[in-house]
Amino acid sequence: MSANNLVAGTDFRQDFAIIADWVKLGSKVLDLGCGDGSLLQFLRGSLDVRGYGVEKDDANLINCMQNNINVIQMDLEAGLSGFEAQSFDVVVLSQTLQAMHNTEDIVQEMLRVGREAIVTFPNFGYWKPRLQLALGQMPVSKDLPYEWYNTPNVHLCTIHDFDEFCVKHNIEIKERRVLGEDGHPVSFMPNLLGSLAMYRLQSR
Amino acid sequence: MSDSTSVGIVAAQTAHFSEPLTLKSGQVLPQFDLVYETYGTLNAENSNAVIICHALSGNHHVAGKYNESDKYPGWWDNLIGPGRPLDTNKFFVIGLNNLGGCHGSSGPSSINPATQKPWGADFPLVTVEDWVASQARLADYLGITQLAAVIGGSLGGMQALQWTLAYPDRVRHALVIASAPNLTAQNMAFNEVARQAIITDPEFHGGDYYAHGVVPRRGLRIARMLGHITYLSDDAMGEKFGRKLRDGKIKYSFDVEFEMESYLRYQGDKFAVEFDANTYLRMTRALDYFDPALEYNGDLTAAFAKVRAQFLVLSFTSDWRFSPARSREIVKALLDNELSVSYAEVTAEHGHDAFLMPDTHYQNILRTYLQNIDIGGAA
Repeated sequence: MSANNLVAGTDFRQDFAIIADWVKLGSKVLDLGCGDGSLLQFLRGSLDVRGYGVEKDDANLINCMQNNINVIQMDLEAGLSGFEAQSFDVVVLSQTLQAMHNTEDIVQEMLRVGREAIVTFPNFGYWKPRLQLALGQMPVSKDLPYEWYNTPNVHLCTIHDFDEFCVKHNIEIKERRVLGEDGHPVSFMPNLLGSLAMYRLQSR
Repeated sequence: MSDSTSVGIVAAQTAHFSEPLTLKSGQVLPQFDLVYETYGTLNAENSNAVIICHALSGNHHVAGKYNESDKYPGWWDNLIGPGRPLDTNKFFVIGLNNLGGCHGSSGPSSINPATQKPWGADFPLVTVEDWVASQARLADYLGITQLAAVIGGSLGGMQALQWTLAYPDRVRHALVIASAPNLTAQNMAFNEVARQAIITDPEFHGGDYYAHGVVPRRGLRIARMLGHITYLSDDAMGEKFGRKLRDGKIKYSFDVEFEMESYLRYQGDKFAVEFDANTYLRMTRALDYFDPALEYNGDLTAAFAKVRAQFLVLSFTSDWRFSPARSREIVKALLDNELSVSYAEVTAEHGHDAFLMPDTHYQNILRTYLQNIDIGGAA
């Protein structure tokens, strides 16, 4: 399963542009569930970052190598024990959180390995999934393209939920950006009108 | 040979080195020979050379055939050739037989120039470090200052690692396959049983069996049988043989009754006539001794501080003799030093043997990595 493709049709460039905004020039970046390595490629091109991707999928491993991205094949559910504490400037988990079983562990691991973490996920509080649920069906959309019986997404959450998660786990939200389906920033009622949530996090 | 992706008919060559080589043990080889083969063409910039390091029982005959009528090609033929993952249209590939070997390079079964008799027990114990030092001499001899890559599986992977440690400026890429930063106690224990089988064979004669006109065939045979068990996974053996009986019924004897026994005996018998027992002893010892972290208090990260090469590290899920966990130790030490590394964990059922098998995904990984190696100018 390609992590970056869990949410089909997302405006990649907008997503990447915000991450690039949060990453400093020449940083060392670890991209968890890096897919074909396109984010790292983008960051390498625009910010000269030194990057490593982590990816489980065989086909994506090859794609990363074709893109000349250093990629480590492993399952994120097993944690990040192969990485030293505070050895990266930024650890990214892009649209993969909702498919993780060990959600709490991976966020804590990201903040152990990285001085900062960037987490993005599809907002389940967006009005479209709310409406579908209100009408009595599990949400299926461009952003959440799976049926309930075949979805890899096991831990969907809303922006409110994740805000609470951070408080409970002593995580400081340095910055939060919310995007609409068209990739435009959403600042008014983000939990209702935003489809993609992006967080910049640090340990307290 | 009709296959256009084969290197075709090849021939071995011998390089003689008359400068003494001081070994890690302190012993000195006054002179030595290395037998080698090459495939492809060294480019004008001398920037496309690749050395293939062999494992326990390997040799310099890596690809191609000596004659049309040869039954089998070299031991890693599926990897090497025009259009194959290690493309000889791009790379100049060198295979060699390591010091202490029994396929033409100086070793226990070769003639000691000082005595004009086989070296036998007098041939020194050689280490991975010694092999790499001698391989660097071969690179010099061929006019190569920097290798595009060193590739090896298992014990060969240890040599690839050692290249990057001993000659940081002479190797740009290392492909370390199904290997380990050192052997575990269990792994060394298998080697010890293998050596005991050989040494306690009445025809071993302290290693000087050549003078007696015999070879410790029984010991070498058992050593190889043991090895084969550890190179396969339980699942692979189960799938290949299961509990299948050769003649369909139990015979209440100690003859070959199960198919698995037939396989092991066949492999053991074949090896015992092809291979030299003294070489086997030395190869297993070289495996045991390799431990680059030793002089850094076991800190592999510190050991790799001087390394400059870029890496592909690759392991196989069912390999329990050189398990993925051991490869991940290497990866961690490389990551700690912020070196360029990719790591692939290939799903395979063949155990350690998988590194020699032509699996599509495995070959694609190697092909992709090797395609990206820059040799400058036109390939």
